[in-house]
Amino acid sequence: MMQLRCPWCGARDEHEFVCGGTTHIRRPDPSAGDVAWGEYLFFRDNPKGVHLERWRHAYGCGCWFNIARHTVTHEVLAVYGINELPPALSGVP
Amino acid sequence: MRYSGLALLRGALTRHRHWPQAWRSPQPKAAYDIIIVGGGGHGLAAAYYLAKNHGITSVAVVERGWLGGGNTGRNTTVVRSNYLYPESARLYDFSLKLYEGLSRELNYNVMLSQRGHVMLAHTRHDLESIARWANAMHMNGIEAELLTRDEVGELIPALDLSPEARYPVLGGFMQRRGGTARHDAVAWAYARAADALGVDILQECEVTGFTRGPGGRVTGVETHRGPIKAERVGIAAAGHSSVLARLAGFRLPVTSYALQAMVTEPLKPRLDKVVISPGTGAYVSQSDKGEMVIGGSLDLFPSYAQRGSFAVLQSVVAATLALFPSFSRLRLLRQWAGIVDVVHDSSPIIGATPVPGLYINCGWGTGGFKAIPAGGWTFAHVLATGRNHELAEPFQLERFITGRLIDEAAASGIAH
Repeated sequence: MMQLRCPWCGARDEHEFVCGGTTHIRRPDPSAGDVAWGEYLFFRDNPKGVHLERWRHAYGCGCWFNIARHTVTHEVLAVYGINELPPALSGVP
Repeated sequence: MRYSGLALLRGALTRHRHWPQAWRSPQPKAAYDIIIVGGGGHGLAAAYYLAKNHGITSVAVVERGWLGGGNTGRNTTVVRSNYLYPESARLYDFSLKLYEGLSRELNYNVMLSQRGHVMLAHTRHDLESIARWANAMHMNGIEAELLTRDEVGELIPALDLSPEARYPVLGGFMQRRGGTARHDAVAWAYARAADALGVDILQECEVTGFTRGPGGRVTGVETHRGPIKAERVGIAAAGHSSVLARLAGFRLPVTSYALQAMVTEPLKPRLDKVVISPGTGAYVSQSDKGEMVIGGSLDLFPSYAQRGSFAVLQSVVAATLALFPSFSRLRLLRQWAGIVDVVHDSSPIIGATPVPGLYINCGWGTGGFKAIPAGGWTFAHVLATGRNHELAEPFQLERFITGRLIDEAAASGIAH
């Protein structure tokens, strides 16, 4: 079973968490047009490799946080705050 | 050679030495009219219909691994067409109708078993939802039957119907024409039939890039076995669609997730329906070998690992045993996962991409197996003619820009 390290509660089993999908997606300006809004809402890099994503410790402290995780090995390469920028990692565009 | 009872008898008398290979393993040619990337059900079916319906036989199917080794060989073999919206109902029922004639058409027993597909309702809200659902199917001209609790019990005696059950069953609805088909046989049948019509099936041939010509038009693919030219290229790669799209320089509205399935040791006939319980997160059928084939919800985080999470396996098994307490002593023999291409509205994408000459068939998510014949048929149409098949017209990539989604999240059966 995958374990994630909640910044507040420490390492816990994956079923305590909910994945919120890709992180660092910027909401476009309301006047940005259909293409920009479609991209924002639906289109994703969906990498086979390192993915920057947000998780919530739903059945714990409830806090959101960011991680860098490999989508094949599921190895967690970094855990960082929900308002922080990702650390420099190899394999991340 | 044609498969028949007589051929089998002849084999029995001659120690089965006369069976030829079902398809060739040719060397790649320098160029084809059309290349299809992905040797699963959808890719192979598209190749077959290109040759059969459109007379285009200069076709190659390039496959990174082996035929049907992806989701075609990893699903729970369920076929059905109980969708909510008219666009989906037309597409999926066309698929089911093609399945109904497939063994004869391809001269290959795909072991279609229309044993009935039963959806359970565990709450008053479930009952209201399935009533709406069954009515929508009737409006779309597809049969559906609402079932009382007692009728569910008669159809599925193994089910725990007691009021004390962890998830009491209040009713259900059934599509009688739903059921199962042998998944590997579907891939093999299309491969054999396509090969017989001249299609080259190139296994262990991974696409590493796309070659481009004037205007950015795709002119072929780069592979581990060298470059191959083509007039048009189609991608039918399910969970790996985004990886190929990235090679071609665009993004898709797709997220890849692992979807698990598992089988128990075989036992005597105990369950002759496909049973799905979306509320508890389990669906079960019994294979012809006697194994209980069990599926559940997605592992709800992006993944390209074809193994699945133990946390989800536990919840699927718990849900299954809550429905069928008598299965509690069965041992699981095998467990695996396929990587599914989930889009926001759980409906497919069959058509053009932003790259000229490059087409895609993806987005089937958790329900691609049932759609193989229709996916192949409509994909072949757009690859051959450059125009969308009328059934595929609503299922274009630009709906994610226009907002005209066809939201089948409920009918896709399992939790997203």
